[in-house]
Amino acid sequence: MIRSFGWESVEFLIRGAGWTLLLSFMTFVIGGCFALIFALLRTLGPKPVRLAIAGFIQLVQATPLLIIVFLSFYGLSFVGLHFPPMVGAGLSLAVYTTVFLGDIWRGCIEAIPRQQWEAADALALTRMQQLRYVILPQAFKISLGPTVGFMVQIVKNTSVVALIGFVELTRAGQLLNNMTFQPFHVFLTVAAIYFAICYPMSFLSERLKGNRHVRPAH
Amino acid sequence: MSALHINEIQKYFGALLVLDGVSLDIAQSEVVAVIGRSGSGKSTMLRCINGLEKIQAGSIEVAGHRIGPQGGDLRSLRKEVGMVFQSYNLFPHLTVLENVTLAPKVVKGVGREEAEAIAHDVLRRVGLAEKSGAYSDELSGGQQQRVAIARSLAMQPKVMLFDEVTSALDPELTGEVLKTMEELADAGMTMVLVTHEMGFARQVADRTVFMHKGKVWEQGPSEELFSYPQTPELRNFIAPNLK
Repeated sequence: MIRSFGWESVEFLIRGAGWTLLLSFMTFVIGGCFALIFALLRTLGPKPVRLAIAGFIQLVQATPLLIIVFLSFYGLSFVGLHFPPMVGAGLSLAVYTTVFLGDIWRGCIEAIPRQQWEAADALALTRMQQLRYVILPQAFKISLGPTVGFMVQIVKNTSVVALIGFVELTRAGQLLNNMTFQPFHVFLTVAAIYFAICYPMSFLSERLKGNRHVRPAH
Repeated sequence: MSALHINEIQKYFGALLVLDGVSLDIAQSEVVAVIGRSGSGKSTMLRCINGLEKIQAGSIEVAGHRIGPQGGDLRSLRKEVGMVFQSYNLFPHLTVLENVTLAPKVVKGVGREEAEAIAHDVLRRVGLAEKSGAYSDELSGGQQQRVAIARSLAMQPKVMLFDEVTSALDPELTGEVLKTMEELADAGMTMVLVTHEMGFARQVADRTVFMHKGKVWEQGPSEELFSYPQTPELRNFIAPNLK
């Protein structure tokens, strides 16, 4: 059935965009939790744990996201674990986010000068108190810019899960194109929706980089 | 009873022996200046006193707490031994008031009102009562260092350690910090200060210790030590300062 591109089509794409946003959000929340654990363990954990995490991060960072998606969808179903595409998609994107965001956040924690730990240490704060009151608030402020920047990457990268049949914005565009044969209308609209989501985030990210009181101590 | 007793401590950085059997006794309310060349071990010794550096031999007793090569109860020790650093190390994300109240609140569990009362009191002592809402990047180096002193004072320490606290300051700003320290000394605080300010050591410190090659090379009442240095190393060290 061939239809022509119209308001209905835009609505269809926007519904796809809703799934893109939901998937991005889930990915960010789940990946973010693990990323924080990774970042902390990698800076403060015992050496074997630090090495194990560093190795895992290297391995995953060197793997194309698409391969991670295929592994978690086809790979896991091959060994008998069948997930709906939503779960496979969320899982692989969460792994990807954990690894990259974990590394970004580790960098932010390490960017806080050693003297800040020392000053808090000399004031008799425990290790956890030093983290909570002195290190993490400063690391958090430095991390805002790159974190929001990375969220833009997540939003765009959710498009790869179109390949395992999850109907998000990109997949919705493909389906619509199959029905309308109007690729320019369809994909330009898709691109415009991505832009409408990502641009405000990029803008925010730039603004956050100029945040005050985040300069490291002398 | 002495406020600080350092007994034959040794400290290695890797294979390098930086403290070679240092012993020192400091009485309650005594002000002791530690001088010496870079690399003589003076800052390292100071950092050993509150456990920022581990010692490999000997022992330290300070304000009733003991540290040995196995460490010690550093948390309770640090509640009573304050330290001020060369680079101030204020927490840049917190206001002056928050910098000063953080440790009393978090470490001692002091309530907010009481912590703020203590903070206002110590900030007044360092002459910065009106700066409590400022962030560290809005203060001069001298003001930052005085806030750092106030932050340490807010824990009501029995002993205070000063690690070259004026070395990072422009010359015209050292005066205000030294004045604050002198007032502390007059108020009876037990103080150990590693310093390059010979004039200040001579004038304010009851006793001066000259460290050389990881050892206490020479020590004595400040006036005497500067006027009549006994060893050629100390004579060489202070000679340029006397001109």
